Amino acid sequence: MSIGQTFLGLLEASPRHGYELKRVYDERFGQGRPLHYGQVYSTLARLLKSGLVEVDGVEPGAGPERKRYAITAAGVTDVARWLAQPEKPDTYLQNTLYAKVVLGLLTGRDAADILDVQRAEHLRLMRALTRRKADGDLADQLICDFALFHLEADLRWLELTAARLDQLAATLRVPAPHPDRSTP
Amino acid sequence: MTPRRGRFGRVADLALGARLVFAGGRSGVSRTLMTVVGVGLGVALLLTSTSISTMMDGRSERAAARDDQFYGVDEPPPGDRTVLVAVADTVYRDEAIRGRLLQPEGARPPLPPGLTRLPGPGDMVVSPALARLLDSPDGALLRPRLDHRIVGTIADPGLAGPGEYAYYLGTDQLRAGGGTMRIDHFGAESTGEGLDPILMLLVLIIFVVLLLPIAVFIAAAVRFGGEARDRRLAALRLVGADAAMTRRIAAGEALVGAVLGLLAGAAFFLLGRQLVERFTLEGVSVFAGDVRPDPVLAALIVLAVPAVAVVVAQLALRRIVVEPLGVVRRSAGRRRRLWWRLTLPIVGAALLAPLLGGIDQTGAAFNQTQVILGVVLLLVGVAALLPWLVDAVVRRLRGGSVSWQLAIRRLQLDTESSARMVSGVAVAVAGGIALQMLFAGVQHAYVRPTGQDVDRAQAMVVIRAGLPGAAPDALAERFRTLPGVDGAVAVLDTAVFPVGSAPDEHGERPGSPLRIADCAALRELATLDRCADGDAFQVVGEPAPGRPARSLPAPGRSVEIGFGAPGTTTRWTVPAGLRTVPGRNDPAGDESTGLLATPGALAPATLRGLGGRVFLDLDLSRRDTIELVRNAAAGITPTAEVHRLRPTEEVTRFAQIRRALFIGVLATLLLLGASLLVGILEQLRERRRTLAVLVAFGTRRATLSASVLWQTAVPVLLGLALAIVLGTVLGGTLLAMVNQAVRPDWPSIAIMSGIAGAVVLLVTGLSLPALWRLLRPGGLRTE
Amino acid sequence: MTSPTPADDRPLLSAVDLHKAYGSTPALDGATLHLRAGEIVAVMGASGSGKSTLLHCLAGIVPPDAGQVHYRDRELSAMSDAERSALRRTEFGFVFQFGQLVPELSCLENVALPLRLGGTRRRVAEQRAAEWLGRLEVTEVAGHRPGEVSGGQGQRVAVARALVTAPRVLFADEPTGALDSLNGEQVMRLLTEAARHTGAAVVLVTHEPRVAAYADREIVVRDGRTRETVLAER
Repeated sequence: MSIGQTFLGLLEASPRHGYELKRVYDERFGQGRPLHYGQVYSTLARLLKSGLVEVDGVEPGAGPERKRYAITAAGVTDVARWLAQPEKPDTYLQNTLYAKVVLGLLTGRDAADILDVQRAEHLRLMRALTRRKADGDLADQLICDFALFHLEADLRWLELTAARLDQLAATLRVPAPHPDRSTP
Repeated sequence: MTPRRGRFGRVADLALGARLVFAGGRSGVSRTLMTVVGVGLGVALLLTSTSISTMMDGRSERAAARDDQFYGVDEPPPGDRTVLVAVADTVYRDEAIRGRLLQPEGARPPLPPGLTRLPGPGDMVVSPALARLLDSPDGALLRPRLDHRIVGTIADPGLAGPGEYAYYLGTDQLRAGGGTMRIDHFGAESTGEGLDPILMLLVLIIFVVLLLPIAVFIAAAVRFGGEARDRRLAALRLVGADAAMTRRIAAGEALVGAVLGLLAGAAFFLLGRQLVERFTLEGVSVFAGDVRPDPVLAALIVLAVPAVAVVVAQLALRRIVVEPLGVVRRSAGRRRRLWWRLTLPIVGAALLAPLLGGIDQTGAAFNQTQVILGVVLLLVGVAALLPWLVDAVVRRLRGGSVSWQLAIRRLQLDTESSARMVSGVAVAVAGGIALQMLFAGVQHAYVRPTGQDVDRAQAMVVIRAGLPGAAPDALAERFRTLPGVDGAVAVLDTAVFPVGSAPDEHGERPGSPLRIADCAALRELATLDRCADGDAFQVVGEPAPGRPARSLPAPGRSVEIGFGAPGTTTRWTVPAGLRTVPGRNDPAGDESTGLLATPGALAPATLRGLGGRVFLDLDLSRRDTIELVRNAAAGITPTAEVHRLRPTEEVTRFAQIRRALFIGVLATLLLLGASLLVGILEQLRERRRTLAVLVAFGTRRATLSASVLWQTAVPVLLGLALAIVLGTVLGGTLLAMVNQAVRPDWPSIAIMSGIAGAVVLLVTGLSLPALWRLLRPGGLRTE
Repeated sequence: MTSPTPADDRPLLSAVDLHKAYGSTPALDGATLHLRAGEIVAVMGASGSGKSTLLHCLAGIVPPDAGQVHYRDRELSAMSDAERSALRRTEFGFVFQFGQLVPELSCLENVALPLRLGGTRRRVAEQRAAEWLGRLEVTEVAGHRPGEVSGGQGQRVAVARALVTAPRVLFADEPTGALDSLNGEQVMRLLTEAARHTGAAVVLVTHEPRVAAYADREIVVRDGRTRETVLAER
């Protein structure tokens, strides 16, 4: 899971200060392991250098924590590419998928697209495993089943998430991607 | 648990059951409604049947109250309080009209019931039904016959029923004697003409035959919606009801249906009672007030119906195990035992066996309880044997088309419900067949040949007295000119007495009949080799056994003609050329012994008070002819009688019982058909998922329809077969009881089976739209 | 797993822009699906998404309110009820989630039923049915009634019944929905093997990814609309 792309996504929603970025990240994606300030500023420096973000303004005082960062057009493109890219089906990729869904919503994108794309990718792998299972011996079958059940769990979670999009949208206080699903 | 709390708990369970009846939403209410209507119809029929005896009593009391024909009692002397009465009944379009001529002899004559005063001469008081008939276009042909001034209406107390046709005509032409009676009061003790033992047996069996299927129907009706009830009970067990509570809750549910059904039945009965006055069946109409259930029997119904409902609900629960997670049928795989099923009809037959040959028309009363019990057991045997028979036969069936296979497999899986559905039909048919056999067997005892020769004449006009001496052919001519009358011959009837002969101790003079007619008419009474006007003949005839041969006045003897007092009559000398000729029965079947004379042999113009008979050859294809004849006869005298000649005569009581039976069996079968329909619809609804899948597979609608037909028809056919066997056994037993030859009555078997088959076809036909609705797309969609 | 469709490779069964409402509830709101001969397509979606309705429309059980379903060169809505019934008898086969076997017929008779509906003689039909029971490894339940066999066995009997007429299209609506994993796997393995063996195309309605993984490709129905997701286009 990439901190840089997550920052870009958060910045696309609105320009933020460095410490703000850290707080939002920790809250939404930190899962009890807060970022170090050093990690935050080195990531921001890397993003500045590659032209994906820019400094939007500086508040009175000194120190990097007074700088407000905003995303550039190149940064938006990068986020879009990242969100559209299915993750390689793997165990324990919920963090990434979750981040993608939240960011997709935050940036006003259709999160269902993300889910559909991911489902297709998962199923492609599951089909391959299913075929291998049919041809293989018992050991093969057991291994394939192990993978299949985990992949299915991912997809189940994805389905559930898709079904809960309106709920999620309300929590994030952003308009839902489908007008007919919007909640006041 | 203390007894007090226990009792409270029990009542609470019943109440819970009662509440559940209405808790099932719309489908629950509609199922309850079906039960209520079903039980209600059954109860209404039961109440009606218990009212029949009071209804008949009511009619006979009304009839007795206006009785004016007292035979075997001395007439009162003429006085201030006497009235002369003559019967002037007639028939119009097969409807009987009661008619009376009334002639008061004083200032204070008795009044018949329903009249406030006697009509004056030429005035008429009519029943409301007759008034309507005379006013309507239908009464056009009757109006000339009763062409009198209507001065009033007969009130209800003077009528046997609301639809009765009756009139009282005032007159001043009557003379005592002949058919005219002198009376000083109306009404007699109701003799209540008792039914003889054979008729009693028939009536008893009719009641059993009709009421038994109704009981079966009520038992089926309280089970309407049973599947849903079972599921509901299972749900109750899930939340902690124990088995005993379940039974009490079920009893509570059943009680509600039964009690509401009783109320509905009472309502149906009262409604039907109001309608009864509108109908006249075979000339019989009934006042609503006369239709009163026998109080004892009505109380019995009120107690028995809820009891039956509870018992049936408990029996139904015995067949299933209501478990918290669902209902398990216990019956699956259970083999049906034959022995106890066979015991029922055998015990029934054994009860009837001692009565074999013991009942005849004149005999003493028989043990009614024994007969009823025997018949009931034999008929219940049909219901008991049927599930076994269906099971045994269906298990051996295989092969056939897809629709047949679906139906047979279905029956194999669940014989119980299908057998239960048709057992009522089978019982009704078995009873009907037994009765018809009995009827056919005893028919000749009650239907006797009349000896009437309908090839020679189809109607006879009888005028008792009062014709003046006239040429008989003039009398015939009055009818011969009517359209539709192909021929008419008339005979004038009187008697001759030896001059100066004295009355015997009974007040009768020994005389001989004298019949006056022209040659053509005389040939109807005797076989004549030659005849010309002026001839006279005598027919001696066979003397009755043990009586001396009747002596006719010898030729040349002087006699008096007519019934009048000596001296007022006409003298006549028996012609010397009197020839003895062989007699011949007249078209009405009567022997004409006595003297036969052509008008030329005497001078009829000088005679008075003759009776007359006219034999009419009619064109029966014209229905108005007989009415024209009646009008012409009434034009001669209102007391003239017109008889249709028929080769056989039935006792009318018998005909009424038979009609009642047919109507009763039909009504019963229709009622059973209704419960059959409900059963089929419930089954279809249960199978809706299977049906939807079959449709998805491309099963033709016709295949599924045929399968429903087979599924109903197979048990019905088996039921009919069983009904024919046991019905014939019962009928044979009954015939043997009344000493008649035992033989199956195929026509009635065919008719009864035909009616039952038609009802089943009707029911299946009516269920098809529901089936097709279930087969519409979308059946797969929801459960 | 999408290969570009050659122009001459006409679909066997295709539905274009189907709409269907039950009362005021829309079940299909623009569903499109193309099925090529011999391919297995999974139709996925949440409960109530309209996937079963899509199957019913495709099979000619339910007529759509709008849109067209073509089987080969014939349009289903232009056919009479009798013709559609005949089509379902001869060209299609069906497997449902549960309650599909006629409870009073034995398993063998259930499998023989579609053949007999098509007019095949009883003896021949039951012989073929017995072969199919063998292929689906449920010979031992031939004489049992559906109520007397396990869920997995019942589904395999149902699969045998669906394929006994050698249909061109097999419609399977949640065929493993009422089964545990092991039985579900077994039924799916036998179903897909048998379908590939006879060359039948399969429309497989399921919400389970593991079941959908037996298909060649999947179609997702959401709110009555299909999203034929083709990853390679992105």
